[in-house]
Amino acid sequence: MASLSGEVGGIWMDNPVMLAAGILGTTGASLRRAALSGAGAVVTKSVGVAERDGHRGPAVVQVEGGLLNAMGLPNPSYRHFQEEIDIGRGGGVAVIASIFGSSPAEFVEVATGLDADGFELNLSCPHAERYGAEIGCEVYNVETITRAVKGSVSVPVWVKLTPNVADISALGLAAERGGADAVVAINTLKAMAIDVESCRPILGNRFGGLSGPAIKPVAVKSVYDLAGSLEIPVIGVGGVSSWEDACEMIIAGARGIQVGTALGNPEGYGIFRSISGGLSSYLERKGMALQELVGAARRFP
Amino acid sequence: MRPKNAKIVEIVCETPSVRTLRFDIAFDPVPGQYLMVWIRGVDEIPMSISYKDGITVQQVGEATGAIFDLEVGDSLGLRGPLGNGFSLLGEEILLVGGGVGAAPLALLGEEAKERGMEVTTVLGVRCCDDLIFRERFEGAGELVITTDDGSMGICGRASAGLSCLDLQDFDQIYLCGPEPMMADVIGRCRGMEAKIQASIDRYFKCGLGICGSCSIDPEGIRPCVEGPVIRGDKLVGTEFGRYKRGPSGRKR
Repeated sequence: MASLSGEVGGIWMDNPVMLAAGILGTTGASLRRAALSGAGAVVTKSVGVAERDGHRGPAVVQVEGGLLNAMGLPNPSYRHFQEEIDIGRGGGVAVIASIFGSSPAEFVEVATGLDADGFELNLSCPHAERYGAEIGCEVYNVETITRAVKGSVSVPVWVKLTPNVADISALGLAAERGGADAVVAINTLKAMAIDVESCRPILGNRFGGLSGPAIKPVAVKSVYDLAGSLEIPVIGVGGVSSWEDACEMIIAGARGIQVGTALGNPEGYGIFRSISGGLSSYLERKGMALQELVGAARRFP
Repeated sequence: MRPKNAKIVEIVCETPSVRTLRFDIAFDPVPGQYLMVWIRGVDEIPMSISYKDGITVQQVGEATGAIFDLEVGDSLGLRGPLGNGFSLLGEEILLVGGGVGAAPLALLGEEAKERGMEVTTVLGVRCCDDLIFRERFEGAGELVITTDDGSMGICGRASAGLSCLDLQDFDQIYLCGPEPMMADVIGRCRGMEAKIQASIDRYFKCGLGICGSCSIDPEGIRPCVEGPVIRGDKLVGTEFGRYKRGPSGRKR
């Protein structure tokens, strides 16, 4: 089998297929299970300064081609989260803490309050006031928050970007200037679903973020654009549910892939091995190394 | 799936704090499966199915309180049936229910009876006024009632009702009720845990196996899709009966 191991954004992985932030990463047990099921690294659910219950339900609804969610950043606060990271590490892969805040100081407080193998800055959640994309769509904020966290921790720092902007590359360049070790693209697309019987928006928060197969082409274009303008690695996420999807992300320029919504498919946690297995067979068949595949679509200008 | 609109066609007051809602649409549930019930403008919560076209609700919080404000003609949004449900196995089965946990077991008992199985039920309630679905269980087979205050049947918890039975006689034991009761029953069934199926309650948000809020320590079982019915031997040594998590994910 072709080797999939290597470094992604400053972290060594047996394979580049990771658990995405926000999916199952509430508990150490889930993180560990993803790791033992073959994930190359796992990203936690986003953690902030204060405990939050999240938005009222419905928090998730199935729509054409994917899922719409407005979980609302539920988390027990970083003060009650170290135990989960430590249990997650029992799975034998890197545990990256996804963190959020409303200011550089809050991000630094959370990052310095946790011992993790890396941090992923959530500058992209589309449905929480004062957090995520509300600050992450401004290049100035992305750069200053990245710099502040980077200056306060000694582990790799990744920045997860929002696609809900005119030019995602500008955000990626801001993260790079701030010292990020990688960017992760994309978070969900702003979206909404309405119940026609009652005329009410379905989500408790009215609006949310769309994930799943419907957004994959948007993610592929974002990864392609980012990889074309940044020096730092790009990690692709958005609608990956098969090895072909992962392959497409890599060919677009991704050094790593994250899987989220597809964990809800019938194969569940089995998706990590089916993606990495398919990827490995593909490389074997093509007689290529993983590194040669990264950004291969650039050969066709 | 998007929530399906379900109009309430009948409301039955089972006890002062328990009501059954029947809808204008029926599901084809495996007994033990659940619905995500959207009380519009309030919240969405999981409720087990008690009839092919109905749910039975105990008033415990804001969302269930809002359900109690609804009248015939009002509607809810329903996603489901979701989860695995109970699996009917063997010829002689025992149902053990506590309080409103009797709801999915009533549907199970009826289906077991239809299949020609021999059904014994032990129902534990606080007092005789809290007993629900007595006729449904009596129709399915033998019924043993226990009450905490001794106002009906055997005085004591549901487990007191088990002492008059030989648990070895049953091919399968089905549990639904308060977690301490179910953990207690599993504890009394050493060596027989694999023939117990327990319907467990956790904080379900997505109902799709992706948000992680219901995950069971230490293996990370997802009761919203791998449950809510989980085999007893898979619950031994877990958080079950010891703690659960709140909406933020914090243990409590």
